[in-house]
Amino acid sequence: MPSVGEEYCFKQLHVEGGEVVRKGYIRKVLLAGLSVAVFGFAGAAQAEVIKIGAIFAETGGAAFLGGPEARTARMLVEQINQAGGINGDTLELIVKDSGGSPEKAISFAKQLIEEDKVLAIIGPSTSGESMKIKRIAEDHQTVLISCAAAELIVNPVASYVFKTPQKDSFAARKIFQTMQDKGIRKIAVVVGNTGFGKTGKQQLKKIAPEYGVEILAEETYDKKATDLSALVAKLKSIEAIEAVVNWSIVPAQSIIAKNIRQTGWDVPLFQSHGFGNIGYVQAAGEAAEGIIFPCGRLLVADTLAENNPQKALLVEYIRAYQKRFNEDASGFGGYAYDAVNILHEAIKVAGNDRKKVRDAIEAIQNLPGASGVFSFSPEDHNGLSLDSFVMLTVKNGQFVLYQGQ
Amino acid sequence: MTVDLFFQYLFAGVTYGSIYAIVAIGFNIIYNSTGIINFAQGEFVMLGGMISISLLQFMPLPLAIIVAVLATMLVGALVEILFIRWLERPSVMQMIIITIGVSILLREVALHIWGESIRSLPYFYGNEITTFSLGSVHISPQVLWVIAACGFMVCGLSLFFKFTPTGREMRACSVNRTAAILCGINTRNMVTFSFMLSAGIGAMAGCVMSPITYTQYDCGTGLAIKGFTVAILGGLGNSMAAVAAGLLLGIIEAFSVSVVPLAFQDAIAITILLIILFIKPHGLFGSSEAARLRDF
Amino acid sequence: MKVSKTNKILCLCALVILTQVTTTLTGTQYYLTQLTMAAYYGLVVIGLGVLMGYAGQISIGHAGFFAIGGYISAAMTTHNLVQLQDTPIISFCSQMGLLMERQDIYGDQLLTFAPWAACVTALLLAALIAFFLGIPVLKLKGHYLAMATLGFGTIIYRLVLATPLFGEADGISEVPAFTLLPAIGSLPPIMVSGDFGLRVINYYLAWGVLIIGMILLLNLIDSRVGRALRSLHSSEEAAEASGVHTSGCKVYVFVISAVYAALAGVLLTHYNAGIGPSEASVMKSVRYVALVAVGGMTNLWGTLIVGISLTFLSLRGVFGSYDDAVFAAILIGVMLFSPAGILSLRGCLLPSKQEIAPAKEENL
Repeated sequence: MPSVGEEYCFKQLHVEGGEVVRKGYIRKVLLAGLSVAVFGFAGAAQAEVIKIGAIFAETGGAAFLGGPEARTARMLVEQINQAGGINGDTLELIVKDSGGSPEKAISFAKQLIEEDKVLAIIGPSTSGESMKIKRIAEDHQTVLISCAAAELIVNPVASYVFKTPQKDSFAARKIFQTMQDKGIRKIAVVVGNTGFGKTGKQQLKKIAPEYGVEILAEETYDKKATDLSALVAKLKSIEAIEAVVNWSIVPAQSIIAKNIRQTGWDVPLFQSHGFGNIGYVQAAGEAAEGIIFPCGRLLVADTLAENNPQKALLVEYIRAYQKRFNEDASGFGGYAYDAVNILHEAIKVAGNDRKKVRDAIEAIQNLPGASGVFSFSPEDHNGLSLDSFVMLTVKNGQFVLYQGQ
Repeated sequence: MTVDLFFQYLFAGVTYGSIYAIVAIGFNIIYNSTGIINFAQGEFVMLGGMISISLLQFMPLPLAIIVAVLATMLVGALVEILFIRWLERPSVMQMIIITIGVSILLREVALHIWGESIRSLPYFYGNEITTFSLGSVHISPQVLWVIAACGFMVCGLSLFFKFTPTGREMRACSVNRTAAILCGINTRNMVTFSFMLSAGIGAMAGCVMSPITYTQYDCGTGLAIKGFTVAILGGLGNSMAAVAAGLLLGIIEAFSVSVVPLAFQDAIAITILLIILFIKPHGLFGSSEAARLRDF
Repeated sequence: MKVSKTNKILCLCALVILTQVTTTLTGTQYYLTQLTMAAYYGLVVIGLGVLMGYAGQISIGHAGFFAIGGYISAAMTTHNLVQLQDTPIISFCSQMGLLMERQDIYGDQLLTFAPWAACVTALLLAALIAFFLGIPVLKLKGHYLAMATLGFGTIIYRLVLATPLFGEADGISEVPAFTLLPAIGSLPPIMVSGDFGLRVINYYLAWGVLIIGMILLLNLIDSRVGRALRSLHSSEEAAEASGVHTSGCKVYVFVISAVYAALAGVLLTHYNAGIGPSEASVMKSVRYVALVAVGGMTNLWGTLIVGISLTFLSLRGVFGSYDDAVFAAILIGVMLFSPAGILSLRGCLLPSKQEIAPAKEENL
């Protein structure tokens, strides 16, 4: 049995700081205490607590992103600590809920860096917040691993800023490649009015000429839209349109799929990697059938070949997430998974040192993650290649690999 | 603009409009009996949708809707009893703030119960892509459900307020509460009852629109703002006017898409509303005489 | 025993200095970051407090004015004019000293408007919009007024979300620091900037602005306009009959509160080096109204204290994911048990002769 003093000392370590990950975690702390008791006091004295900050939009308009991200990050840190931490050190995750507001994210970033003296910050969930924190992280030399999509976050590169979701430009290229195969040249682009939609629109417009695709119409809809049949009527009236690209991360993207099919318009519908959530397929029901979109391999983990480097970790993550939170894992949670995983790898090598961890991340090669296989370099702070995407489609309410037609 | 396109916009507008109107009616009921705007009305809509979706696992759809409506009515009664009933002569400002507080509270509770993911009821008839064709215009049967529910509510409520004793008592409370008390009306019970009624109507609205709009813990705010706008535009307290105003707003929104980018839709629609409000300060169908007779 | 206005202000100043000294001595200077931000939000809240409490007009659109200040200032100081350098207008502006040249973090050349020019433009624009909006809007009453101001807020929110110049959903980042006084000799420069090194200066700057704002408003309340406003609050007809130009007074106060909000927007945007659409959202406006109500409608000091403290706690993330829920609970609690504001609870505990102004907002 561990002595009371040890237990107390452990709780102390974990309770200081802001909101700590180990809610209702006393039992596991006790277990850790037990293991420490076995190895003796010397080990306990040397073990450090490495603080990691996280800023997620757990509430507010971007909660559908921040929720799964925060849950995933908490789960992963717990798992790491349960498995004995990193080289004997335990991680402490301080999660701050920004509600999707940049001003809060700014305040929290300063707080985490200066007050909690965190090693690194994971998040924020949205591009707008990430862009505002980029400068703060850079100035104070704290690693920031953003879970937002905009390519702008890592291009131009800032030395301390990384991001885990695949680049928008890759998704756009994947879509255009598929269009080329299908002989589609004239398209309409509709996006949601979030940072995700905005950068998607920019990338599509920038890359379209390379593939000889012409964008005939572009529209932005509200993230809280309740029905978009007027927009569909407008697009449908342009007869030259051969395909519609709907680039969005908000629930309204299912509404537009429904509205298009309701008007009897059987135009090919492409979506972005923001569609990578089975909830959106369920919401669109029958109308989701045949939607083509690029996404990471998380959604089709079961069908991957056994020798695929991502397979084992994806299956395990999906299982653990499903068991713990009783909901399907989505690509969104995967962004946070990668952020924690990358930090884990870097800390293993570099320990509790901001500069060294930054260098270690930049040196990571061929690390399998939820969104793809990461290989960073001083020029590439995203670390994913075009290959991280596969084209998926929806068949009988399930995601399957798109095989071409 | 071709005729086809015109009708497509028109029906899109009718869809939006009936959704707004159905929310606005709930605002009017409480306004009619208490003279306050219940800013938590949108949350009643959300609760109706959420509860019925959760119940669907255990019972058939019609029963789930009925139970959800009853449950939301209970919440409405609770809100009134806990936060409003025992206030001595509350001011309008106080009521606005309290109902805003209640709305935030209900939303946060919903977030912690149901999480942030979206849910929806199945289509009452057919599925996501079933439509009726009127000429070249396609209409989802669910839109007809919303319109029917809207019409049913308006007729039901007008009959209720005109011909039933309870309805008359509620109207009396609204016009002059002191006089109503003197006539022996239990005004407090009337207010509780009006909260239940509007919660029930909100919940019903939440159920019929859920297949179209989806239900998420924070979907109430947007709907409440639109509903409030429509209630004001029509002239507070008049359900028939709210329907007309709702359709007007919906149609303006739908047609605005044809001239300006969709992103500016709300800005355009609300600018038009403000202009109407400046010209007719008591709403399209409200009269300034009637408004002056009220205390609020 | 009544504490005089001057004494209260002096107490506040002392408290501000004391806080700074304490944090420096205890090495907890990081508290100043959120205190500075809270001070700017406090400026919005007291401006709105005078409008709601004294002129009796509700505005559920004040985040709109905050956003006008912040966004105009941010857009003008970040939008690169290098390509337009040779056009007559830009070279004229350049000669007038309205422009500023600098390099961005990636080393590209930037030519933008100088922050002070942007600030003046933003404030003027906010005042003009408030004036032209105020004339028709303030004729409306009760819920109709609430709706109209809510509508205004929504329009601004939609515009910033839809306009590429304002960065759409991402908002604007990389807003430069606002230099008020360049470095003279060994004195450090005075500039609005979120840099950790300039934190103490920025803290005093924010609180200085807030205290000056407070003094001006307190004087306004005691002035002719203030008396007119109070009369208007109790009975508009009576005020009109005794020769008070009621609509003029209302518009005047509306413009002042709009300028307060816009100024807060400008300064906070430079302090945060960016602004996002959440600053313009309806929820933000509702929050400001709620802060005023919790502080006490006719109690400017209460409004100030509540505005600062609740904003401070929220910005520090004390309530985590329950931020909104806690806020709503406080809101409901205060409205139920102490509708004249949280400070009036004092009156219940220690009965004094001083009558707390009854909340009479029947005509809102």
